Amino acid sequence: MRGAWARKGTLVDLYLWAFRVVVILVVIWGTFGTLRAGTYSREHWIDFAVFGLSQGSIYALIALGYTMVYGVLRMINFAHGEVFMSGAYTAYFVADAFGRSGYLNRNPLVSYLAILVVAMLTSTAIALVVERLAYRPLRRAPRLVPLISAIGASFFLQYAFRGLYGSGFKAYPEPEVLKGKWVIAGIGILRSQVIVVVGAALMLLVLYWFVMRTKTGMAMRAVSEDKDAAALMGIDVDRVIVITFALGAAMAGAAGVLYALVFKQVHFFMGFVPGIKAFTAAVLGGIGNVPGAMLGGLFLGLVESVGPALFLDGLGIVAPYQLKDVIAFTMLVMVLIFRPSGILGERLVVKKA
Amino acid sequence: MPMRMDRQGWWNAVRKGLIWGGVAVFVAMVGMVETFAERQVIIGVVSFGMTLLALAGVAAGFQAARGPAGGGRVSALLGGAVAGAVVGAAVAGLLLVGSVLNLRTMFVSASPRLFSLLSAGQGLHGWYLPLLAGTALGMIAAGASTLAARLRRPILTGLMSVLTVGVFQELLQIMLGGEGVGAVIRDVLFESEGLLPRGALILFLVAWASSSLWIWRRAAVHVWVARRPASQQRGLRLLTLGIGVSALLLLPHLAGPFLSQVLVLVGLFALLGLGLNIVVGFAGLLDLGYVAFFAMGAYTVGLLTSTGEHGIFHFSFWTAVPIAMVVSLIGGVLLGIPVLRIRGDYLAIATMGFGEIIRLLVLSDFLRPWLGGSQGILAIPKPTIVGLELSGPEQLFYLTLVLCGLVVFVASRLRDSRLGRAWMAVREDEDVAEAMGINLVNVKLLAFGLGASFGGLSGAIFAVMVGSVFPHSFQLLISIKVLSPIIVGGMGSLPGVLVGSLALVGLPELLREFADFRFLVYGAALVAMMQLRPEGLWPEPVRKRELHESEQDAAEPEKVLA
Amino acid sequence: MRRRRFPWFVISALVVGAGFYVALPGFAATVGPVTDSIGVVKIAKGQPVTVAYWMVVAGPDASLGIDTRRGVEIAMEGKGGKLLGHPIKLIGEDTGCNAEGGVTAATKLSANRDIVAAIGSNCSSEAVPGAPILWKAGISTVSPSNTAPKLTAADRGPTFDGYLRTAHNDKVQGRVAAEFAVKVPKVKRAATIHDGSPYAEGLANVFAETLKKLGGTITAQEAVSPTDTDMRPVLTKIAVGKPELVYYPIFISAGGHVTRQAKEVSGLANVKLMGADGMFSPDFMKAAGDAAVGMYHSSPDLSPEALGPKYKDFLDKHQKKYGEKPLAPFHAHGYDAANMIFAAIEKVAMKDASGNTYIGRKALRDALFATKNFKGLTGTLTCDKFGDCADPKIAIYQTESADPAKWDPGKNPKKIYP
Repeated sequence: MRGAWARKGTLVDLYLWAFRVVVILVVIWGTFGTLRAGTYSREHWIDFAVFGLSQGSIYALIALGYTMVYGVLRMINFAHGEVFMSGAYTAYFVADAFGRSGYLNRNPLVSYLAILVVAMLTSTAIALVVERLAYRPLRRAPRLVPLISAIGASFFLQYAFRGLYGSGFKAYPEPEVLKGKWVIAGIGILRSQVIVVVGAALMLLVLYWFVMRTKTGMAMRAVSEDKDAAALMGIDVDRVIVITFALGAAMAGAAGVLYALVFKQVHFFMGFVPGIKAFTAAVLGGIGNVPGAMLGGLFLGLVESVGPALFLDGLGIVAPYQLKDVIAFTMLVMVLIFRPSGILGERLVVKKA
Repeated sequence: MPMRMDRQGWWNAVRKGLIWGGVAVFVAMVGMVETFAERQVIIGVVSFGMTLLALAGVAAGFQAARGPAGGGRVSALLGGAVAGAVVGAAVAGLLLVGSVLNLRTMFVSASPRLFSLLSAGQGLHGWYLPLLAGTALGMIAAGASTLAARLRRPILTGLMSVLTVGVFQELLQIMLGGEGVGAVIRDVLFESEGLLPRGALILFLVAWASSSLWIWRRAAVHVWVARRPASQQRGLRLLTLGIGVSALLLLPHLAGPFLSQVLVLVGLFALLGLGLNIVVGFAGLLDLGYVAFFAMGAYTVGLLTSTGEHGIFHFSFWTAVPIAMVVSLIGGVLLGIPVLRIRGDYLAIATMGFGEIIRLLVLSDFLRPWLGGSQGILAIPKPTIVGLELSGPEQLFYLTLVLCGLVVFVASRLRDSRLGRAWMAVREDEDVAEAMGINLVNVKLLAFGLGASFGGLSGAIFAVMVGSVFPHSFQLLISIKVLSPIIVGGMGSLPGVLVGSLALVGLPELLREFADFRFLVYGAALVAMMQLRPEGLWPEPVRKRELHESEQDAAEPEKVLA
Repeated sequence: MRRRRFPWFVISALVVGAGFYVALPGFAATVGPVTDSIGVVKIAKGQPVTVAYWMVVAGPDASLGIDTRRGVEIAMEGKGGKLLGHPIKLIGEDTGCNAEGGVTAATKLSANRDIVAAIGSNCSSEAVPGAPILWKAGISTVSPSNTAPKLTAADRGPTFDGYLRTAHNDKVQGRVAAEFAVKVPKVKRAATIHDGSPYAEGLANVFAETLKKLGGTITAQEAVSPTDTDMRPVLTKIAVGKPELVYYPIFISAGGHVTRQAKEVSGLANVKLMGADGMFSPDFMKAAGDAAVGMYHSSPDLSPEALGPKYKDFLDKHQKKYGEKPLAPFHAHGYDAANMIFAAIEKVAMKDASGNTYIGRKALRDALFATKNFKGLTGTLTCDKFGDCADPKIAIYQTESADPAKWDPGKNPKKIYP
């Protein structure tokens, strides 16, 4: 066995090849089975896709924070999911006050702008505090040290918010304007979902413009290429890092409000799972790459929504939606096998800090 | 009093006060003060909640006095008083705001009871009390900080031991038991709710005296040891080693079933950590899905030995363990192959996915007929050795101890082998390692496989310890809980893994009493430990040197410029 | 420096350790006026009666444990904090909702010989390994929220002799829910969703089996994860089977999402929704919003005709003490478990002349199992010989208003069956 491997890994190649073929065959077999059974109509598939896209847009917005921080610092900001939670959770109290006074229904646009501002500011404040206390002192430490610090910060934030706001569930009020569906191109789509997708797209465009066109954005890209060289060119690296954290957190805060639009419930643990998913989305798209995060988020949302019905139903697997994360992560591994640095990741991130 | 403090000193004092004042307000608002109001450190004197608040004032005073004031004792005292007063003012401010506004619509812990506690039952009229207490504490702390170390340290040791014993009182009372010498000690020191005032005084005096004695005679003891001939020194060292080993062997009987259970858990996580250390610490492959192998080991043993409905073969534990290890090893290699070419953090997320896939599969309705789904696998018999059943934690302790020793031995031999050096090379730089003729495929797969088989081994012990296996025991959280001790202990260091597990698995178990705030403290402790000792609690000598080198590197250019 | 201190540490640990000796409890004893086959707890005059909880009060499932613990705390307040002239002391351990947490917590409790009885666990996976450890130390435990049938099955074995529960066996509740669905809304086609917890899976399966026996069809048996938020895809899949009713006996968070999103999915606009006691709480009304109006819940009979105004009083006390509504559905079961234990202690405890109290462990266990017609918040409790104490009277409720302030079980949600 040793000998075979030593010869430049032919067995390994065989296994990898077999792995790809098996996964692809299973996918085709499942899809074929599902389509032949004809359980789902065209409308069903459109519904699945729309649900997936709206969930995916939220993943995409959170993923931006991961990807931008990774771009400049080469570190996984494990506490980012909690940054997302802090904004949505704190803004709930504003939304609740508006909802009680009836202002939310009288003037939904102004109310939501206020909610959005509160959420973004809270998230930004939390992220900056975490950066200052938990990450900045460790900038020169080995790669895994800031990761553990981030995990610690994540636990701390979860339970701090639980202590502050209580461990019960809170639910955002629902303004009348957002109830019901809009018919777009003959397809009825939930109003809240339209707003989420459009809102997320707008945010992403603004961010993309910021990173590509402004001077600060340029500085950010320069720091992400080479911190030391950027410092030599007169860029204030610390300031750029702070701005990066702030921007990523503001996006997470906005994602929190959009999340509350579709899902209503907020509580202290709400950030953990979306955080993990968004992180996965960032990796899928190629971590460190802004459009990649967006693409990764949408892809993940779609796979979670369409995947179980399309691939597993045809195989006769019971309760396929229980296994949606299995599909999501298998897809991730598949993408990484074909493109080891994500869909849009161009260069390999090799050097460890 | 003459104002001898400069502006910088004032500002420093106020700043420290603000920081610790924020901490004090946070501690109150997060609910710790109220929750721990009943929890006495010293009965009738001070509750744990109040101690936490007081500690904020003490810390502020201490830090302010240690600041850049420079102006002797008076300015230090003044600085401490100012910082303490700011902390007190922050608490008083909270009291005022909380009495006027109804904070409780947002902050659930802002209860009337909290404000009554903060003002010692005086309500709004007691606003000056925190202020006074803060100033006094700050000043005392500042005063203590200006004392000579030889006087200060015994006092600090005394206070710390009172606090520690007060916090762990329940545990200590259980350990002291109801009969014999233990019961006498218990009755002198404790009442059922906590430490008695007389107990606190005795403890303080004992700790103070022994600490003073040690500071006074330390040098003499060292000189005495150094003057012994070499053979006697070796004898002494052997004696300490012997005492250590026998203490370890007697531990379960001395400490009782609960501490043994905690030690079994520590051992289990140490075993897991030793396995993951091969992957992460030696070979530098970040694996966030290590729980998968733990689950594989546990489920293999469960399926092979269970006498319940899902058991297949009813093997004995000793037959099942090697099978579990082999299954995990194969699992590790099969996972390893597809992710061979994935690097760095991409690898982290791919492995994390693998961990989740395994958990979801064992939980799924799809595989329920074979793996039990959410109802798990029950009735896993305890292992027996020559007719002796290893049922309680005291017996399982020996099993984990032996296995830990074995795995430490294997891991240390691996580290020093040719393979170990290849792993280190891969960790430092994959490309260079490959260029040096290291077969990356072999080396990485061996790391994955061997690491996984250790994971399977601890899964096997876990299955018999609990006697049943449920999918809920294999959350992503476990992977994180295994990774943290490795980094906290010092990456790649074997004793580091053990120390890290003791600190991060043992302590939280002992602090079970503080249930609601366990994770809060755990998180804060992780952040703090990383700041204080980024190289880990017990780092590899090489690593330590590297960090020092980089410090020297950073210092050198300045020297050149100067 | 650190190295040199090492021997001192070891030596002092050894010296201190030599004084520690823990005798295992659980042997026949005669203490004071009481003789008991497995041990006696002596409570000296002025000392507290120690009752322990082992519940999940930290981690993601914490709301379950905190909720039940609050029930216990309110029960203690109801007693004025005193029992037989001794103060009541509640100590506890976090169990983390997993088996190893159950083992550790139970081991720690079993080492404390002051503990008279325990309340817990929350998750069935904790009770399976944990309850035998407690019983080995002679501690009886009453669970407020374990519903897995096997815990009180006839073949549970003697290691569970000290285990009782005030929570409903899934077998009872799932069956009543299915019978109702067939009899009242005349449902023929139904779908179920569980969340991978033993509780929900058990209920969903019993419901499905009973419905099939009664001639109905199960169109889909789906599962989600408790942390899922987007239920629309899985509901779309369920909609394909055209069920008339969806039964999802899961918890508040995921249940709220299912309730809100079900009506948004095309094909399910007119479907009937039905949950279980896992989300029968005002907090659920908050989580689900107006979508909850019209949905059914199976739950113990909490209506004022059955219980009097007790439950409303309880809720008022809860609001006053904790500043929020109950977090999860098992607070009332926790309250009942505590009161059941207090009653049993009062029944078996004996006092001597100097005011010390003695409680026989086996006697306490027997008194708990002998509980009969005990008026609790969750109904009238009578324990059978395998420890099932919950009132078998399950009622079905229909929500009329989703305003949590109008929560008043019996009126809203309105009791409609039997």
